Amino acid sequence: MATLNLLEAINQTLDQMMEKDDKIVVYGEDVGFEGGVFRATAGLQKKYGEERVFDSPIAEAAIVGGAIGMAANGLKPVVEIQFSGFMFPAYNQIVTHLARYRNRSRGKYNLPVVVRMPYGGGVKALEHHSESLETLFAHIPGLKLVIPSTPYDAKGLLASAIDDPDPVIFMEPKRNYRAFKQEVPDELYKIPLGKAKIVQEGSDITVICWGALVREVEKAVSLVPSVSVEVIDLRTIAPLDVDTIIESVKKTGRVLIVHEAYKSFGPGAEIISIINEKAFLYLEAAPVRLAGFDVTVPLPKGEHHFLIEPKQIAHEIKKIMAFQP
Amino acid sequence: MLTKEYDPLKKQMFQILDELGKVINPKAVPKIDKETLLRMYRTMSLGRIADDKAIQFQRQGRMLTYAPNHGQEACQIGPMAASRPQDWLVLAFREFNAMLYKGVTLEQAYLYWYGNEAGSRFDDGVNVLPVNIPIGSQLSHAAGLAYAAKVQKKDEVSIVYIGDGGTSHGEFHEGLNFAAVLDAPMIVVIQNNQWAISTPRHKATKAETLAQKAIAYGIPGIQVDGNDVLAMYAVTKEAIERARKGDGPTLIEAVTYRIGPHTTSDNPKLYRSDEEVELWVKKDPIVRFRNYIMELGLLTEEQDAALQDEQKQYVLDTFKKVEDSGLVPLEDIFRYTYETMPKHLQEQLNDYKKYLKSEGL
Repeated sequence: MATLNLLEAINQTLDQMMEKDDKIVVYGEDVGFEGGVFRATAGLQKKYGEERVFDSPIAEAAIVGGAIGMAANGLKPVVEIQFSGFMFPAYNQIVTHLARYRNRSRGKYNLPVVVRMPYGGGVKALEHHSESLETLFAHIPGLKLVIPSTPYDAKGLLASAIDDPDPVIFMEPKRNYRAFKQEVPDELYKIPLGKAKIVQEGSDITVICWGALVREVEKAVSLVPSVSVEVIDLRTIAPLDVDTIIESVKKTGRVLIVHEAYKSFGPGAEIISIINEKAFLYLEAAPVRLAGFDVTVPLPKGEHHFLIEPKQIAHEIKKIMAFQP
Repeated sequence: MLTKEYDPLKKQMFQILDELGKVINPKAVPKIDKETLLRMYRTMSLGRIADDKAIQFQRQGRMLTYAPNHGQEACQIGPMAASRPQDWLVLAFREFNAMLYKGVTLEQAYLYWYGNEAGSRFDDGVNVLPVNIPIGSQLSHAAGLAYAAKVQKKDEVSIVYIGDGGTSHGEFHEGLNFAAVLDAPMIVVIQNNQWAISTPRHKATKAETLAQKAIAYGIPGIQVDGNDVLAMYAVTKEAIERARKGDGPTLIEAVTYRIGPHTTSDNPKLYRSDEEVELWVKKDPIVRFRNYIMELGLLTEEQDAALQDEQKQYVLDTFKKVEDSGLVPLEDIFRYTYETMPKHLQEQLNDYKKYLKSEGL
């Protein structure tokens, strides 16, 4: 078992999946020769050749549109959008075609496409490099949306995403790319899509999070040692693991959702609606969202105001715990 | 090489038949066997009848909005007759004749415009992607199909259609450029029917021809008389051979005209003159081809009349079937969203069924 960071886990998974399945092709901007700006695809072109791993023109619509055609004709493309903030030209293809092709063709064309993209703030980047746009994908029927938080999860979830018959948007928290290492099994393994992970069990409050925020929540938990916190890492945003959420809320009666995506109409709003529909009478306090402000993600000199810190999370936990009807 | 002989920058347009169907370019006449010539004619004839009928059905409130093809039969049938069964057809939305030639049934083609997704579920082995309404976005699909063929060493070429209006779209550029750098075996046919709804071609681009856009991608481009089915056949045949050799895409601009409205929701009299339309009616692609095959002795007036009677009946019978096909079952609107229906969809479906049941619906 090797100790890998999240990027290395992704690179290893792509390598092992490509070795196993010659239908997989990998491409995107600078993905071939250079191995991507973050090096997630480093070494793959050398090993599998330019036909299967290549640099595409800077054309996000054609990157995803091309993958649609390739998938309709037998390949399994895993494409990279360099930063999620640049996915908008491809959004037309994702929403008007990728998500709908199976339905439009009444099941004739499954499109097993994976669209990888780094997302999220906290790396002191330029404009358009720090967004958390999961809502824009989770809202669209026909897409699956997967977000790993650790190297171990990244490997198992990416392997599942590539073999999934439906199109998968795979958002990678770039703040976690090199943030920490973890033991990752050498062999391929799969983590099922649509299944959340209970990071730690607890009985007082459920904290729901994903991606880079999972680590921040874990740090926050250590700041409130007197509270028994159940931490759920969703792993898959769409489809949501409703059962795990509801079971936990029924147990704790209190819930905090933490996400960097904008607050209004964000994933937290959907999760709270589901909780209200399915566990309303179990609630001891109003469910709370701690989310990105509804402002354009600030540039680095102002980003510290926007990022969600462990202290802030701990503060919210304490506030919810102090609530008396 | 036709693409070398006809320079789009000099506005040289490739043509074989004149407006009356007389051969004016004998050395370019492609070798097409009798069976194929007749199949081409029969499909054009059926396409015309079914297309004209579709407008009637729509006017009677029996069909959704429909995008007519009248006048554009040759630039659809020529390339399809030149293609092989394994070659892909990637549609925009005004390729009714091309669909029929490639094996989409009339029933399916109608069913789509009747408002049922089942009309886009073509039979296995029919390599045609569904109608593609978002303008220009189909080019990269064709590039992907072609590239997948290349990677998997399958002898397949993709032929993708777009209109003159679609060439303004960013996705036209992205898709064509993508295919060109990958040497993907793809052929783009622009049906330049002169009008993008109400916007004339000269307002959509300052380029004198659409074929010349190929130059920027480092691929051959050629302007063809799109109402000349033999010219369309010959130029596509050459492009297929080029693509199969690994030399990449070709851009074909078919100069044609949309005799009817953009769709049944549009009134073209508001933006173009009857004189202009009349000019193009005289260049009718079906009349030209009919004269040509009659001259060859492949068809008589009597045979043609009998064929048209038979096809009219077939169209009416087929539309009857479509009208009898009923409504889409509730389960079907859920079933195809994912391969396995996720829990939340299952729940939405079940809740709705419970509501129906409780209200006795």
